[in-house]
Amino acid sequence: MLGKGLLGVYLSVLVLLPVAALLAKSGTGGASQFWREISSPEAVAAIKLTLIVSAIVVAINAVFGTIIAWVLVRDEFPGKKIVNALIDLPFALPTIVAGVVLLALYGKGSPVGINVAFTRTAIALALLFVTLPFVVRSVQPVLHELDVSMEEAAESLGAGPLTVLRRIVLPSLTPAIISGVALSFARAVGEFGSLVLITGNLPFKTEVGSVYVFGQIQNENLPAAAAVSVVLLAAALVVLAALTLLSRRRSKHVL
Amino acid sequence: MAIEARNVSKRFGSFTALDDVSVTVGDGALMALLGPSGSGKSTLLRIIAGLESPDEGEVVIGGESVTDTPARSRGVGFVFQHYAPFKHMTVHNNVAFGLSVRRRPKAEIEARVRELLGLVRLDGLAERYPSQLSGGQLQRMALARALAVQPKVLLLDEPFGALDAQVRGELREWLRRLHDEIHVTTIFVTHDQEEAMEVAEQIVVMNAGRIEQTGTPRELYESPANEFVMSFIGPVNRIGDAYLRPHDVEILAHDDGAATEAMIKRVVHLGFEVRVELTLPDGRDISAQVTRATAHELELHEGQILPVRLPQPRVFAA
Amino acid sequence: MSSSASGSLALSPAPAGRAAPGRDGQRADRALRARKYGVRTVALGYLALLLLAPVAMIFYRTFEHGLTPVFDAIGEPNAQHAFWLSLEIVAISVPLNTIFGIGMALLLERGRFKGKALLGLLIDLPFAISPVVIGLALVLAYGKTGWLGDWLAENGIQVIFSVPGMVIATAIVSLPFVARETIPVLRELGTDAEQAASTLGASGWQTFWRITLPGIRWGVVYGVVLTTARALGEFGAVSIVSGRIEGETQTLPLFVQARFENFDVTGAYTAAVVLALLAFATLVLMNLLTRRTRADTAA
Repeated sequence: MLGKGLLGVYLSVLVLLPVAALLAKSGTGGASQFWREISSPEAVAAIKLTLIVSAIVVAINAVFGTIIAWVLVRDEFPGKKIVNALIDLPFALPTIVAGVVLLALYGKGSPVGINVAFTRTAIALALLFVTLPFVVRSVQPVLHELDVSMEEAAESLGAGPLTVLRRIVLPSLTPAIISGVALSFARAVGEFGSLVLITGNLPFKTEVGSVYVFGQIQNENLPAAAAVSVVLLAAALVVLAALTLLSRRRSKHVL
Repeated sequence: MAIEARNVSKRFGSFTALDDVSVTVGDGALMALLGPSGSGKSTLLRIIAGLESPDEGEVVIGGESVTDTPARSRGVGFVFQHYAPFKHMTVHNNVAFGLSVRRRPKAEIEARVRELLGLVRLDGLAERYPSQLSGGQLQRMALARALAVQPKVLLLDEPFGALDAQVRGELREWLRRLHDEIHVTTIFVTHDQEEAMEVAEQIVVMNAGRIEQTGTPRELYESPANEFVMSFIGPVNRIGDAYLRPHDVEILAHDDGAATEAMIKRVVHLGFEVRVELTLPDGRDISAQVTRATAHELELHEGQILPVRLPQPRVFAA
Repeated sequence: MSSSASGSLALSPAPAGRAAPGRDGQRADRALRARKYGVRTVALGYLALLLLAPVAMIFYRTFEHGLTPVFDAIGEPNAQHAFWLSLEIVAISVPLNTIFGIGMALLLERGRFKGKALLGLLIDLPFAISPVVIGLALVLAYGKTGWLGDWLAENGIQVIFSVPGMVIATAIVSLPFVARETIPVLRELGTDAEQAASTLGASGWQTFWRITLPGIRWGVVYGVVLTTARALGEFGAVSIVSGRIEGETQTLPLFVQARFENFDVTGAYTAAVVLALLAFATLVLMNLLTRRTRADTAA
């Protein structure tokens, strides 16, 4: 059918061709050059920083995201609907604006005297902002559908509230939390726009992987850019795949 | 229009849904495809409709082979178990759909829709939406919609399965009367033997992709071809390899010498009928069926020991 | 949210009549309430510090010197150009992605072929790739020294450093949304109605246009809203692909960065506020539509 052909062309032009070109470029010069590019000190520092900060950020998200989802599903207070809508703000807001916005409050000239501009804390802050919705939105529907009678049964058997939480509720939420964490991580590893202004992009200090790649493109060092890009992409995909599998395996027992 | 399915086979992966099945439906007939889940009855219906294509065999409607004709050109009316309403359209537009797709003039469509809504007793609800109708009303709308384009054949896939018992009863009778009025060749699929017996003129009993027997309700009940048909069509007592209908088990007021003794295990009052569960002297359990009057007359109760006469049971060749 | 009525003892509001009797019960109740309020405070506090306060700050800073500087900034020609360029790119990429998304959803849900999982992964790929990497990949594919560089030059087509490249970049990053939102709705819709239409004589196109599309419309609209928001806000990929030539290939997000780096704080903040307002509009639409999609499928 003509339709299928057109769809195929669209997909190729947009995704297949560019990705293929990227993989090809990173491979030119063979494995040795690839290795050289990604093991340059600046590249290593950038990749390390990205992975570590992203890991910390998603861990924080796992905790706070779940708490926020809990409050949105189980609690009632005036303005809850508005708060619920605002969770999606990081999805809707351009990343560059997120950076500007965070800088206004937590950068130079901050009215509350907090200036984290050009520090690693700023990176974490920006990443927390842009990845906020993932765990929340992942956990919410599961929490919403959770059969309350399970908790009531546990209660009737003598379990205290914390036990119910720990042994009944959280295990049911774990697949959703893991899934949200996977998406957060993939997003955090690739984040660029919100970091550009707030971190100052200081090599070895606050330069993350995506910013390093950008810099290499500016310097027309495309093989280096391509090589590190592939590493970042691989990291995101591997974690995404692993956590998705984990999440699915957990949900088999839970659901 | 007469319908014929000739040597139809259909497989889904490793599962054989239909195995060399042939069925003939006379012009204007009202036939039921009866069988348990997985018997292939719905698959056969859908192949006749053109919603599935057979791996082997052909379908002939009105003398013409339609095996390669797509569903929309076969002139079949199809009614689904869950009504398949067009949720975003009013009842009127649902019924009018087939006609509007054929670009009939507006006046003609209006007239026809009004006629059909009257026929199915939904006049007054034309501007409602499916979400505002009850199950019975939705099914009548689905019928009106299918009939609007004057199909050569009407096919219904478990049409009353999703409805309450009472509505089901009403619609069964209603379908029978509709058929008497319109005389469209009609095939409906059901797993409910009572429904098939009540509504259809001819029944095709299917099991595991094959036809077990075809006949009138009476023929199937009184002369079943094998154990499957006998057990499926009505209640049976199974005694080893032999089969016996509960109502053939006679409970006697007095022993006439040729009777067996049996003890009543349980008396179940099902309204007009009473089912009596008995234990025979050799320990086997059977059930008998008597009227209220008989149960009352004989004062049947648990623990009672009475004479019963068992007629010759039916044994089917292996 | 009706389940909260008899929710877990741990943190939900205690339903009426469930207060345990006696002094111990009262203490338990108080502890319960304290826990509940505590958790609520933690959650709302986190959100306030991370989301609300910064956004409020931006609005404050933009308007703190009155409206005149803001209007001046809005009227500035480069700002205007950036705004319209952003809209132009969105106006091209969103419809393309919508058609693609619906087509993909139909293919994945109604089609019969192997490799559906792979196709699904390909469509979701843009979620996992950094925008910067996407920009790089485009340069490598369509740039002067890229794979198609020579062929494009021969045919006088300029992709990188001009609007077509920016459109492609924007389309890539916002690719998955319509497909992802439409697929579950399409699945929920089921094929019964489409088959009914078929038996009533409708052709494939008639069935799609009159039965399928109306059935999935809210899923599609929701997807379009997400696509538009993402497209408007795209920064990294477009940054690389555009060359960032002010007044020519500078979208509104790029404008924000450029002005900020040149210490034109008012200009940057004003543009940021415009984008933030559009983001809020998106949130409102998302919320209205979520209710619609749920109501429709429940019918």
